Amino acid sequence: MRARASGEPIPGEAENETPAATPGARPRRRPRAFGLRTRLVLAFLLVAAVGCGTTAALTYRAARNAILEQTQDIAVSHFREQVQTVQVGLPVDRTVLQDAVRRIARQGKPRPWRVFAEYGTLRVSSTTSPTSTVITPALRRSALGAPHGSFQRVVSAGKPWLTVALPIVFTPGEQSGGTRPTGLVLYAVMELDVEEVSIRAMVTAARDGVLPALAVALIPALLAARSVLRPVRDLRRAARRMGEGRLDTRIQVKGGDELAELAQTFNESAAELERSVVELRQAEARARRFASDVSHELRTPLAGMLAVTEVLDEDAAGLDPDTAAAVRLISAETGKLAVLVEDLMEISRFDARAAVLHTDEVDVAETIRRTLLSRRWTEPAQIVTDLPDGIRARLDPRRFDVVIANLVGNALRHGRPPVTVRLSTEFRADDASTWLVTEVADRGPGIQPEALPHVFDRFYKADQARTRSAGSGLGLAITLENVRLHGGTVRAMNDPGGGAVFVVEMPVTAGPEEGA
Amino acid sequence: MPRVLLIEDDPSVREGVELGLRRRGHEVRTAATGEAGLAALGEFRPELLLLDLMLPGMNGVQVCRRVRETSQLPIIMLTARGDDFDVVIGLEAGADDYIVKPARTEVIEARIRAVLRRIEAPAGGRPAVEFHGELAIDRAGLAVAKNGERLALAPSELKLLLHLTAAPEQVFSRQQLLEHVWEHSFHGDARLVDACVSRLRNKIEDTPGEPRYIQTLRGFGYRFGPL
Repeated sequence: MRARASGEPIPGEAENETPAATPGARPRRRPRAFGLRTRLVLAFLLVAAVGCGTTAALTYRAARNAILEQTQDIAVSHFREQVQTVQVGLPVDRTVLQDAVRRIARQGKPRPWRVFAEYGTLRVSSTTSPTSTVITPALRRSALGAPHGSFQRVVSAGKPWLTVALPIVFTPGEQSGGTRPTGLVLYAVMELDVEEVSIRAMVTAARDGVLPALAVALIPALLAARSVLRPVRDLRRAARRMGEGRLDTRIQVKGGDELAELAQTFNESAAELERSVVELRQAEARARRFASDVSHELRTPLAGMLAVTEVLDEDAAGLDPDTAAAVRLISAETGKLAVLVEDLMEISRFDARAAVLHTDEVDVAETIRRTLLSRRWTEPAQIVTDLPDGIRARLDPRRFDVVIANLVGNALRHGRPPVTVRLSTEFRADDASTWLVTEVADRGPGIQPEALPHVFDRFYKADQARTRSAGSGLGLAITLENVRLHGGTVRAMNDPGGGAVFVVEMPVTAGPEEGA
Repeated sequence: MPRVLLIEDDPSVREGVELGLRRRGHEVRTAATGEAGLAALGEFRPELLLLDLMLPGMNGVQVCRRVRETSQLPIIMLTARGDDFDVVIGLEAGADDYIVKPARTEVIEARIRAVLRRIEAPAGGRPAVEFHGELAIDRAGLAVAKNGERLALAPSELKLLLHLTAAPEQVFSRQQLLEHVWEHSFHGDARLVDACVSRLRNKIEDTPGEPRYIQTLRGFGYRFGPL
């Protein structure tokens, strides 16, 4: 039997049962018409019903036969006794026969019977009608061939009857032995309604016995189902909790049956998993700390180097060409290295969840205009803006500046101008709040479909041939983290009309008010 | 050119910044520890203090507090971004501005100039001394007195007060104040403004918790008055 708990797959089978859905979404569960409980109960009831039914049927048959045979035997033997007392001379005299028939009719045993006599065309009966409708031709035929009598049970007009036929025989002589039929046949017709009532009472008794039996069977069925289902439910709950990331989840192991073993195995696996995850986390934390430490350590010498790059730049003019080129290279690369280290530090802070928002309420259009202005992105051929005034939002101005500058810079580097920066707000009914929507679009070739899911990855390069981009390679990753820190999202897509579009959506109130 | 005292423990940073600034014509004296820096103050008489926050022994914040006990010398802190806690503490201790390391000499020099730049005296038509409530502000003499008693204001505090009182009752956003008073980019750190306002209130308000002179407009910024 495949275990299945009330419509939901048990954890171990989850992957087989449901196709992998979008990450994060609950796997869709196929509702099952019959859960484990229903099936267990049905199985118990079926077994009980078959048991009860078989017993009742056998008992019924045996009892019915016993009752009927008893009645039958009594009736036949008594009828025979009665018939043997009849002295009918041949040829048969109607009046004599009539008397005999009436006499026998009065002796009905175990119940009153009606007696009919047939001799050739002569018909005599103890009732008002000369013949009986329940005597079948088959009985008449067998009556002639069976000198010891024959009987038949007949149902006529909805009533059960017992019909007994007994031919009158004579013994021709002492010496010759044997008997010969006289041609006179006596029939006894007895109604079996009393037996029918008894049998029906038995059927009722059997049925009345089966129903409580089934009802009683329901109790162990439910108990068994519960004893199986509770561990299964515990397992399911535990597995779900594990899935939610609470790896310290354990199941209480009760008893020593297979389900307890399963729970034990689950606990051991969970412990193992928890240990592995802890190790992984420690390794990850070490790696992060290392990246952070490296950046930190790089920063101090860089601070000294960066302070003197101007000296190098200024004096390069007076040096011989090779030295001058080398000196300029060192100066330029020192600047890039400083940017890279700063970006690495920033990413490390996000990873360590040490990044915090310093929010201020600002006019968003003004903020974006300042960002563009400070980078000298003001040429109309280069930048087109649609920045409605009067949109105020609570955000971290420095981080928002980084977001916009990275997106616009990226669009200018990889797309084609003019780059469009569009600002709007959107009221969302689901959380009853207003969202800030900033769109940065370029007129370039767009992003390769296979690169689209990776544009926010660290150091991801859409063009593998280009070993170094103008930025640190962390710009979009930092953008993503900054937007997330504001509780927002950033998406990259291709405009059907051509060009890449980046959409930043964040709530207008990103954080608590700061300052006094 | 201004005389700058640099207190920085790391030799390469100390040497690099000193070299860069000296090339730009500044007279630079360096000290490797806070104690040595404090000792050099009286003798060198710098016009500005560049102060690293992470120092062995006496740290930058302690040095800053010690300096503020006796003087309104302009102080710029050198910090590493991310050391957020130190920035706030340093600003509360009385620093006028901060620079995130590593920084190019031109950035450092621009900050030095910004902190040292005087708010221009009014072109004329206005009296030399303005009175706002119990405050007397001498724009030409760069002095502020309350109830006739002269207040010791750090350069950033004085500049902020002069900027706000130049247009009483006008609301300035934090970003605008950063741009005009600190000459930062528009997207600067608003905590600089908040810390400075807090320090200024402690000096000019009767009850800093219920400010009269420098009022907060929630969601918009600050304004002077109305009284």
